[in-house]
Amino acid sequence: MRRLINLKRVEARRIYLTYFVVIAAYVICQTMSSTKMMSSSMRGMLVPICAYMVMAVSLNLVVGISGELSLGHAGFMSVGAFSGVATAILLQNLLPFAPVRLAIAMISGAVFAALAGFLIGIPVLRLKGDYLAIVTLAFGEIIKSILNNFYLGVDSAGLHFSMLSDTTRLLPGGQLIIRGPMGISRIMKIATFPAGFILVMIALAIVFNLVNSRFGRGFMAIRDDRIAAESIGLDVTKFKLTAFVMSAALAGAAGCLFSLNYSTIVANKFDFNTSILILVFVVLGGQGNMLGSIIAAAALTILPEKLREFSDYRMLLYAVILIMTMLITNNDNIKAFFQNILPGSKAKFQKEESDA
Amino acid sequence: MKKIFVCTALVLALAGSAFGAPFKLGGTAPLTGGAAIYGMAARNGAQIAVDEINAAGGDITFELRYEDDTHDAEKAVNAYNALKDWGMQVSLGSVTSKPCEATAAENFADRIFALTPSASSAAVTEGKDNVFQMCFVDPNQGSASAQYIAEKKLATKVAVIWKNDDVYSKGIRDTFIEKAPTLGLEIVSDMTFADGNDTDFSVQLTDAQTKGAELVFLPMYYQPASLILAQAQGMGYAPKWFGVDGMDGILTMEGFDKSLAEGVMLLTPFNADSTDPKTVAFVAEYKKRFNEVPNQFAADGYDCVYAFKQALENAKANPDQDADEICPLLIEQFTTMVFNGVTGENVRWSANGEVTKDPKGMVIQNGAYVGLD
Repeated sequence: MRRLINLKRVEARRIYLTYFVVIAAYVICQTMSSTKMMSSSMRGMLVPICAYMVMAVSLNLVVGISGELSLGHAGFMSVGAFSGVATAILLQNLLPFAPVRLAIAMISGAVFAALAGFLIGIPVLRLKGDYLAIVTLAFGEIIKSILNNFYLGVDSAGLHFSMLSDTTRLLPGGQLIIRGPMGISRIMKIATFPAGFILVMIALAIVFNLVNSRFGRGFMAIRDDRIAAESIGLDVTKFKLTAFVMSAALAGAAGCLFSLNYSTIVANKFDFNTSILILVFVVLGGQGNMLGSIIAAAALTILPEKLREFSDYRMLLYAVILIMTMLITNNDNIKAFFQNILPGSKAKFQKEESDA
Repeated sequence: MKKIFVCTALVLALAGSAFGAPFKLGGTAPLTGGAAIYGMAARNGAQIAVDEINAAGGDITFELRYEDDTHDAEKAVNAYNALKDWGMQVSLGSVTSKPCEATAAENFADRIFALTPSASSAAVTEGKDNVFQMCFVDPNQGSASAQYIAEKKLATKVAVIWKNDDVYSKGIRDTFIEKAPTLGLEIVSDMTFADGNDTDFSVQLTDAQTKGAELVFLPMYYQPASLILAQAQGMGYAPKWFGVDGMDGILTMEGFDKSLAEGVMLLTPFNADSTDPKTVAFVAEYKKRFNEVPNQFAADGYDCVYAFKQALENAKANPDQDADEICPLLIEQFTTMVFNGVTGENVRWSANGEVTKDPKGMVIQNGAYVGLD
């Protein structure tokens, strides 16, 4: 708390605004959903939107704050999804109370994803720029193909693993949980919108606190000038690894929440396209801007569904709207136009500029 | 007299349209992306059936709506929810297995009856009393094939080549291997391939040949099967070939030498060259509209709509009823009724949603399918 008070006014205002928007959106959606004012289509998207918001916030920590382009974020999501769902299934009989099971599953997803992030981070984070992007992309694909060939079963003798083909040889009454390319089936849907909201808030709290700590200033110093940061004695790899592992852990929890919202999950879902989709959330929302990422994640998840009435042209329109948004928000004339009609914002904009 | 007749006809027509509001029938399918060929076929088949039924003007009419799920469970649930907002009363589930597992759970929770044309994995219907399948569940095809081979004494030494990263191929192969020994068949070779190494089959074929297999069982889609046939001929190996419904379509494949498929046997519920009048009419209409021969997915989609028509008629359901009122009526009908369609005669459903119909044994002769029996 003291840390927040010591922050610059503008920064603190931005953080409180983000919390406020998320809480307000939650209260509105929850009321609409419980009074049946919301369409089933929207209601069905609430949990995935929360998961994508956490994905966007966590990737923004790596891309926006510490300035490393990562193209394999969906890989951590899938590690979290598979480990978290497997945990939830194993605990099904031990813990009948679903919210506790969900929480433990998400923690387990986060731990496994953090572990994956740590192992990948050690070699990867010694690279920079384009090289890092390509290697993270490759790791995302490696995770996908490992999970596509991974079998996990449980019986009275305990857990059994196997790779490539199912050689777990379960005793009678055993259950094969992860079935290679067939993924996980018969998942009990225990993810809820309140749980998603809590996860978004936790992710925001972690990221804001990290960014406004000694670590955060370290991330930004390294991002802005690596050599200068090294010269004053910052351990570059350690700082980068912290951001990377934290981001992977949040992605893992999000992946677990996401997959516990569906009755089946396959590794192919978390492919390169999903990684890019999350990167689009970050870029569209603004690098380093958490509120922007959150809004972009919600908007870009809802948009393709709202375009369903255009049937065959749906994805074409989606792409066109995306391009337009990128162009318009970066057009100086349009920015100036909005500043003229909103005089207050002009002063604020200039003030922020001078602050920065 | 003529005037009176016209008036009566008009009144009847008006009454008919007022009485016969359509049932809202919805389904999700991959209409874009890699699996679109299956989704489009099922939708086209269903659309033909709906148009035929509406043109005939009975008590039961349908309004069909398909939403794109891009063969992805998340998008399938979104598409399903969009259909629910539209007011879907009866559901065609999803066309492909994994998305259908996800939407079937929603169908079960929302009490909307579903009959999927082609989602064949066992997990689709398992534990859900209101989700039914029009196609064989994968494991059944394996045991039916083993039984057919044993009963017709086609061979005793059998080789299997299958695709181990494919749900469909694995499901059929697993039950085939399990069932075969109990029927006196000996599995002498059991070889796999996967995505990425599906162009060279010499290892698998040599293994089958050296171990003396008289029949090679191919539980897979027709694209790899066509390569296997060509390579076997190249190495001078000529066993009996036996396929399943995924083999259907090999004769219409572009650039395939039909003589290679001579003598190939397959077990399939649908045969586009059948002389059965219903099939002939369906195939002619499909060719006219879409310029291609309908495959099994199209036929399954077509049959689903007619099965719904029959069940709704028998249950005397009316379109004002909500989905959860129609659901128990349809469950009762589907577990008791017998349906005759283009994918089989005497089609019945068990309470767990699996279909039983007689698979038709076919053999390819002179570039055409001929019934084996």
